[in-house]
Parts: sequence; C-alpha cells; structure tokens
Amino acid sequence: MSGTILEMKKISKEFTGVKALSNVNFKVEKGEIHCLVGENGAGKSTLMKVLSGVYPYGEYAGDILYLNEVQQFHTISDSVEAGIAIIYQELALFPDLSIYENIFAGNELHRKGIVNWNEAIMKSKELLNKVNLHINPETLIKEISVGKQQLVEIAKALSKKVKLLILDEPTAALNDKDSENLLQLLRELKKQGITSIMISHKLNEVIAIADKATVLRDGETICTLDASKGEITEAAIIKNMVGRDIEDIYPKRNVPATGEKLLELLDWTAHDPRTGRNVAENINLHVNYGEIVGVAGLMGAGRTELALSIFGNSRKYKTSGTIRMDGKPVKLSHTSDAIKSGIAYVTEDRKGDGLFLLQDIKSNISISNLSQLSSYGVVNENEEIKTAEEYRKSLGVKTPSIQQKVGNLSGGNQQKVSIGKWLFVGPKLLILDEPTRGIDVGAKLEIYTVMNKLIESGMSIIMLSSELGEVLGMSDRVYVMAKGQIKGELSSSEASQEKIMEFATQ
Amino acid sequence: MNILKEAKALLKHNIRDYGMYIALLVIMLIFTVMTNGLFMSSRNISNLIDSAGYIAVLAVGVMLVIVIRHIDLSIGFLAGFLGAIAAILLVQVGLPVYLVIPIILLLGMAAGSITGFLVAKVGIPAFVATLAGWLIYRGALLQATEKSGTINVDNEAFNAIGNGYIPSLAQIGGLHLLSLLLGTAAIIYYIYSAMKNRKNKMRYNFEVVSAPLFIIQLVLVSFLMGYVTWILAGYNGFSWTMIIILLVLIVYHFITTKTVLGRHIYAVGSNPEAAHLSGINVSKITFIVFGSMGMLSALSGILFTSRLQSATTTAGTLFELDAIAAAFVGGVSAAGGVGKVTGAVIGAVVMATLVNGMNLLGVGIASQYMIRGGVLALAVIFDVMTRRQRA
Repeated sequence: MSGTILEMKKISKEFTGVKALSNVNFKVEKGEIHCLVGENGAGKSTLMKVLSGVYPYGEYAGDILYLNEVQQFHTISDSVEAGIAIIYQELALFPDLSIYENIFAGNELHRKGIVNWNEAIMKSKELLNKVNLHINPETLIKEISVGKQQLVEIAKALSKKVKLLILDEPTAALNDKDSENLLQLLRELKKQGITSIMISHKLNEVIAIADKATVLRDGETICTLDASKGEITEAAIIKNMVGRDIEDIYPKRNVPATGEKLLELLDWTAHDPRTGRNVAENINLHVNYGEIVGVAGLMGAGRTELALSIFGNSRKYKTSGTIRMDGKPVKLSHTSDAIKSGIAYVTEDRKGDGLFLLQDIKSNISISNLSQLSSYGVVNENEEIKTAEEYRKSLGVKTPSIQQKVGNLSGGNQQKVSIGKWLFVGPKLLILDEPTRGIDVGAKLEIYTVMNKLIESGMSIIMLSSELGEVLGMSDRVYVMAKGQIKGELSSSEASQEKIMEFATQ
Repeated sequence: MNILKEAKALLKHNIRDYGMYIALLVIMLIFTVMTNGLFMSSRNISNLIDSAGYIAVLAVGVMLVIVIRHIDLSIGFLAGFLGAIAAILLVQVGLPVYLVIPIILLLGMAAGSITGFLVAKVGIPAFVATLAGWLIYRGALLQATEKSGTINVDNEAFNAIGNGYIPSLAQIGGLHLLSLLLGTAAIIYYIYSAMKNRKNKMRYNFEVVSAPLFIIQLVLVSFLMGYVTWILAGYNGFSWTMIIILLVLIVYHFITTKTVLGRHIYAVGSNPEAAHLSGINVSKITFIVFGSMGMLSALSGILFTSRLQSATTTAGTLFELDAIAAAFVGGVSAAGGVGKVTGAVIGAVVMATLVNGMNLLGVGIASQYMIRGGVLALAVIFDVMTRRQRA
C-alpha cells in the first residue's frame, strides 16, 4: 500500500478575473487520510471540484495524475467511474426516498430498465454494515439523523467501488459523538485500502485523524504537514492558514455581568402538535445583563427549538410557562412581538432562513428595522445607505460595496451581515444559533470579537453551540440541554468538556 | 470609443431590462415597416394602448402574486364577473358612476382577501384555491348575465373610461394641448429625477454611468417619451385608459421600490422563512398582495366592460393566462422575489403589440397564438440564459 494515488500539478483556475487557484500542487499517497485545510475562500472546495470534474478538463490549467495517468475528466460521472467519490457538505440525498433507493439512485441495479429492488435492499444491507449503520434500509432518509445520513452518503460512495473518497466538511453538522463515529469509520476504510481526502475546519479532528495535512491559503499551497514527523499541531495549522500567529482565539472581555436579570424562563414547555412530543420541557433559565450564556448539547437536544419557541413561537408550538423580560411577563406570539420586546435571533442556517441571498447587503441589513428608516411608510434610501455603510465598516464585512448581493459573500461575511441586521434593530438580548458554523478561524475570531463588543455595549447574548471549545471559551455560564430538558447549569469556572458531555449524554 | 465600451458593458449588465425594451422597439419597427407606417399611426397606437389596458393592470397584480411565490388563476373571471356587477349596478339599479366604481373596487378587494385568507391562513396552495375561484366566478358571471344575456351599458361617463380621451383644452396646430403639456411635464420630471438620482449615487461613491453616456440616455428616453406624446396628441390625445394605466404604474412602482411594504413583499418572495424570522408578518403581506390583486381585477373588469360598452357572458375568459404571460415576458421569476412593475406593464404592451400588429397584417388567429406562445417561450429562455450568465 504505497505509491502515489493522486498528484495535482500546478492547478490554476480563474473565475472571470478572480484567481481562485494558482499553481496549486497537491499530492496524496495511497491509503492515507489527507486533510485539506484553509480559510474559507482559500480554494479547498474549488480544488476538489477540479478533481471531480465539476469544472471539466480544459477549464483549468495544470495536470491531474491519478493512478499514474493524466486524467481528463469532462463530467462528474467520468471521475466517479475512475473511483473518485465526493461527498458534499450539503448532503445530496432525497429525504422522501428510502435508504436503499438513495444508495442506488442514478446507479440502479436493473436489467433492461426493470429495477431489481430486492437485490438493492440486500446489497444496501451489506453496505450499511460496512459503515457500521445497523438500521433497516427501507427507512426513509428524513427519519434518520444527519449523522446517519452522512453514513448513508458514504455507503453510496462505497457502492460505486470508490478508491478515493473526498469529504467536504463531513462533520460540520454533526455532534461530537457522530463525528467521532465518522472518524472511526474513515480509519476502518483506510485499513480496507480506501484513500480519503477530508476538508475540515475542525482542527482537533484534523489532528486526530490526518496522516498528512495540506494547507491552502488564497488559492496557493502553503505546505503539507506530516503526522509521522509530528508536524500536525494546532499552532502549526493555524499559523499556516492565516499567515500569522493567533495566541488566543477566544478573546477576553473585561466587563463583569451585573447580576440583574434580563430574561427569565419559568417552567417553559413547548409542545409540537405535529409529532406529539415536547421539544422543550420545564425549562427554567435566566440571562443576566452583560452575560454570554452558552447553551450546549448534542444535535437534536432541542436548543434551536427552544430558541424558536421563545422568539415569537415561529414553529407554532403549544407553549406553557412564563417568559419574563426585565421582570415583566411578556407574550410573544409573533417574531415581531419578540423583536419589540428586545429579542433577536440569528439563525443557524443563514442561507436557508437567515438571509435574502438575491438581495444586496443594504436591504439585508435594513429589513428588520425599516420603520426607523422611513416616514409614512416610505423608505429614506439615503439614510438606509448610511446605516448599511456604518455596519459594514464596524463589522468589517469584506466587500467592495453594500450593493453586493449577499449570495456572493463568503460564509464569514454573510454571518456578519446577519448579525449586522440585528444590531441595527438594537436588541437587549441576542440569541446566536451556531454563530460560527462553517466559518474559518480568522472569521471566527472576528465574530467573537464582535460578541465581546456587544456585551460591552450592554447587550446580553445566548449562544447555542455544538462546538464545545467555543462554549467554554466564550460563555459566562453554560446550560446543557438533552432531550428538550436542561440537564445542568455550570459556571465558567466549573465548566469543562467532560462535565458538559456528562450532562449532554444523560 | 470609451463610451461605446461602457455602453456595451452597461447593456451586458442590464441585458434583461434593456432586452425587453429593445425587443419591443424591434417588434414595433418591424410592424411599422411591414404595414407601410400604418402601425405607427396615431390612431393605431392609441387603439393599441387601450386594448392593452385591462391586461396590463392584471399583469401588475399577478406579477406581485408571483413575486411572493403564489399564483392567481381566478382573476380573469373575477374581472368578468365584477364587470357584469358594474353593468348591473349602472343599468338595472341605476347607481351613479362615482358610486359604482369604488363599490366594484371594494368588492374586488374583498374577493382578493378571501383568496388571501385561504392561502395565508388556511394554507391551501394558491393554485388550487384560485382554481376554485376560477370556477366560482365563472359560474357567478353566468348567473349574473343569465336573465338578460349581454348587458348593454349606456352610461357615457362610464364608457369614456375605455373609449374616451382627456379634454384637450385647446388644439395647437392640430395637436391635443393637454396631452402635450402632460407629456412635457413627464419628460421634465424624468430628467429631474434621473439627475437627482445620479447625484445621490455619486454622493455615496456608487458606480454611475459616465456623463456623456448619461446624457445620451436622457436624450434617448426623452425623445421616445416625446415621440409617443406627439403621436397621441396628433389623434385624440391621451385616453382615459392610458391615464389609468399610468396611474397604476406610478403607484405600484412607487410602492414596490420606495416603501416598507414593497421591501416586505420582495423579502417574503425572496425567502419566506427569513422574512418571518426578520419580524415580517408573512400572512399579512400575502393578504395585501391578494387584496391588491382583487382590486386590480375589479379595475380590469371596469376597463373591459367600459371598452365593450357592455357586460358579456364570456367576459374575462383567459385574461388570467394573458396576464401571467405578460408578467413572465416582463421578467418576473417563478422562483419568487424578482419582478418589476414596469416589466409587467411593458410585457403587457409587448403582447398587445403582437396582437395588434398581426391583426393589421391579417395574420390568421391560429398563427397568432403560436407566435405569441413562441415570444413567451423566447422571453423566458432569454431570462434563464441571462440569469445563468450573471450567476
């Protein structure tokens, strides 16, 4: 099991004037797990798209040597045929179809157009066993968790006799336990001779699993680190990614919380009539002025559901219990009520339900507080431009103009716009749901800095997060949720990864 | 040299908007040549605009419905039915015009709100809810005209809406004075607002077109506006229908581009979830858009009844599809969030121009349908291609 499986030589790719990749060299040995790291926009995904034929031969410069032959992939199916499978961050599964139908979608086991479903089910079982997923292949995709869906994707890749498996941020949407399972699976696949390339932002995973790690920055190869030489360390990766040292990615703030209660939830229960379950049960929590309260928990613990039940009950749950703002009970039956009471919510899925991707930065920032920019219902565009400019500057959104469409911004800049929109509303309490998901290290630091500034300006923050490091690094107090309930409360001095996981797995 | 380059870039960037105007001009030019100038005669242009009116107002309404990701099939027969009610109120009940028009508009709004309620509150897909409306209003129209058949309207004031012209005040060299004045005022306002807009943009360091190109633009548009005014002034001047279309155009253009309501409508169309989480009341917006659709259907019914000077048993048949076609020719996106009032009106004018020109040329009705279908398909193909290019 030695020799080079893939060598990409001097790959360059340009998008109408913007160099996405310039002379990138990337070499992968047979049977290794090779991580590809770099900030957002560094060119990782573009490089993988070149490899998999999304950008066909001829649209890029340079050579792809795969199994010692120069390859010319014109379509994705060319690369699939050669044994290269790519699994994207956004899973490409059909939620209303079963697992086995998904595994063989586009690759049906058929004779003269007639599909042999029984064989498909049988083969699916074998494949699922290979990825340690022991469930009935007839289960619908929408009924299983994201972590299991990820495994189905891998099973699908295995069904195509994959030699080189590419995973684009496979653990971004997974909780720690599912992530660990996935990494374990990659190790097992490695034993079976499958080479993997993994794009990841989670450095601890890279350190845990990578045999080699190649760092890209601004479309160029910076270096390839080798685990056998002990080169893969957090400091080394970060340094090469950002081109500077980051001493502490969790900046300190110097404002003590006041102890005055801003928000209180008393016996708060939200019942989902569609599933007949309580998504949040007997929640008692409070947020003080000047505090960042972390809410930790595994995927499906009910954090987002809790936040949405407070924020204007967006999912139409049946709720009971009391919400108090500044000691006074409030009734929040629509998002606009919540906003009026001083609560804002930055969603975890900024592309899906946070931003208006087709509209420009200006319109995205002003949308929740147009009344302040208008008289008699007519928007004062000059004021709007001024306001948007202010937030663009203060949040450091990297863009030539506020007329830029939000859909064209990078993840970090999009997140800044979503936060900017709420800062303009001026809430007392900002609920941040996974504030740094899918964002690179540099942009994360910027988001944390913004959070601290907000606290200094008198705001309070609830941060829902699956990243333990961030919960520990940023919170004054931590609540841990599991199964819709609060299982524990920890002060920042008490909180540790182990304690949080202990509560979270109760 | 530089101007040419800039013009090229500008054209490329705004190809969807400009493409529509260019297409309209080309179509008009072709018809003018083929009919030896008959098409561009004062009388024909005036006639064309009047025949586009009742579809144009529907197109504006349905454009907004499509922007918020819904559809309304009931508007054609709703227009026909309310037109019949207008005729009944005028002829059989004997109400005066100044009462009938607001009553009909309010009825339209109420009808639209019912659709809005079904879609926004009950959660019925708009296609199904309005298909039910299509059947119901068709039946209602038949019932309203059952006893008398076609209801002839002999009210002069009412009939003027679809056939009459604004008073001339005086004729100058055979030209209609008030129309000339209005046209001149419009040109002056256009130049003023374009210059103000440009100044504003420059103040914020936004990209603007270079001065020579800007002047060319001003001259070109002013010339076109002046030319149309001159043509119309040579016949009977501006018709009331044209004034009504312009009013609808101005009001809706203002609402969609300048107001909070407009922003909220596009936000809901662009991403309903995000709009809700931004504190926008999505059902309220849905209500308003369908309510406005109902009101514009009523207006369309009034325009059509007035133009025919009678309410017929088949009034409004297929108006909804003509209006939807006009909205799509005008660049509305079926995916929601994208569409312009000016586009919808121009789309309606394009479609009316095709019908008018082909009638002048004596093209058979069978070919007419196919050609209109082809133009609709071309417009949408063009739309999809240009959007892909920009992405």
